[in-house]
Amino acid sequence: MSAAVVVTGLGVVAPNGLGTRAYWAATRAGRSGIGRITRFDPDQYPARLAGEVSGFVAEAHLPSRLLPQTDRMTQLALVAADWALEDAGIRPQDLPAFDMGVITASFSGGFEFGQGELANLWGKGSEYVSAYQSFAWFYAVNSGQISIRNGMKGPSGVVVADQAGGLDAVAQARRQIRKGTAMIVSGAIDATICPWGWVALHTSGRLSTREEPSLAYRPFDEGACGHVPGEGGTLLILESARAAADRGARVYGEIAGHGATFDPRPDSGREPALRAAIELALADAGVDASEVDVVFADAAGEPHLDRVEAQALVAVFGPFGVPVTAPKTMTGRLYSGAAPLDLAAAFLAMEEGLIPPTINVDPVADYELDLVVAAPRPAELRTALVVARGHGGFNSAMVVRSDPNAATRPAVNQ
Amino acid sequence: MAEQLTLTDLMQILREVAGADEGVDLNADVLDTSFQDLGYDSLALLEAGSRIEREYAVRLDDSTMTDATTPRALLDVINASLTPA
Repeated sequence: MSAAVVVTGLGVVAPNGLGTRAYWAATRAGRSGIGRITRFDPDQYPARLAGEVSGFVAEAHLPSRLLPQTDRMTQLALVAADWALEDAGIRPQDLPAFDMGVITASFSGGFEFGQGELANLWGKGSEYVSAYQSFAWFYAVNSGQISIRNGMKGPSGVVVADQAGGLDAVAQARRQIRKGTAMIVSGAIDATICPWGWVALHTSGRLSTREEPSLAYRPFDEGACGHVPGEGGTLLILESARAAADRGARVYGEIAGHGATFDPRPDSGREPALRAAIELALADAGVDASEVDVVFADAAGEPHLDRVEAQALVAVFGPFGVPVTAPKTMTGRLYSGAAPLDLAAAFLAMEEGLIPPTINVDPVADYELDLVVAAPRPAELRTALVVARGHGGFNSAMVVRSDPNAATRPAVNQ
Repeated sequence: MAEQLTLTDLMQILREVAGADEGVDLNADVLDTSFQDLGYDSLALLEAGSRIEREYAVRLDDSTMTDATTPRALLDVINASLTPA
């Protein structure tokens, strides 16, 4: 039996709320952060809606030495890491450097920074390209900058698997904690809402081109027509349950199980591998399907992919067998940041005993999903499943359990 | 004759391209303070070097920026190459 790994801190950056408290207040109430793009003029692009993080002023949170060398996604990640550490009551300077690691997921790297430097290269010449371009647009830059800022020299890395990577990174962090690292910062923050990033996102062919926010991203609905991209995500502080207990930390809950699979070739006639990922996660957690109290769906918003997910959930849980929700209908899809944000939502839902709603969706009846729509649903929640899929065939599922001592813990404080 | 680079110019360029470390007074007499103590690493110096090359129309070896450990040493090398032979 491997040692339990728990989450003791959350740093949330979401389109519908900056900080854990603001995000949860919006999410439990069904408040959306999706709107017309403001960071650049989207008129000449087919898709014009996004979930933008608003009200974030990097200068207010970060030293000036870091600003010229960081993309927006890294600035958001550095601040989310600070918030998560503070939430966990951890002062990195008080801990041995090799006892702390950073393992994040990434989807695109620092696109806005890269766009600026490529513009310098082609518009002015190579001598105008920033030396910081050498790392500012890397996939691994968030892990690196969080490590440097906080003096963390333990296991480090980055996982790239679109949305599925957000769970895979947390699973990798759990592995490293079981091998003996005391604490790891994990999860992911993505931010690609700049012209270059926007063009790249269009290549998936899966962006919604609807102009009305309430009609643009409707997973599991008859009107499903693609998704709205968003930016943000969550960084989590993971520790062994024993270490957390020894220092008297408050615990959000346990990372209880994980499963990852890759789909067979699309024309192979074989079953998509999502169901297998869910079953692996349940088996890893030692949890029976009947014990799962809520599912946070991947919610692709593509009719074909919605059906695949619905079929997998019905195969595992039975028709209408478990409450399913997709709070990402309020934020858009955050790529690597999406599943870590869903993990945060799952812990906060278990803490309050309230399933946040899926907005703007009237579910297709023959999907046979008990989708929590329109209003939040009170429920006693002890075990949750988070599902995440990545473009190209990645499937990942994670089971989380509430902290058995949760009732004695003070409410969210950030 | 080419314009000479002063300590004030150098500190201003560093501040613009690489920010300033909290707790370091760049307006003090830092001529002989090491770049490390001023909070500037080799990348910050490379970034500053490329700005100086553009603004002062001078060519600097990469090693010029990284071999000099203090503003005085760096200014000496740069100003030597700015002075007509």
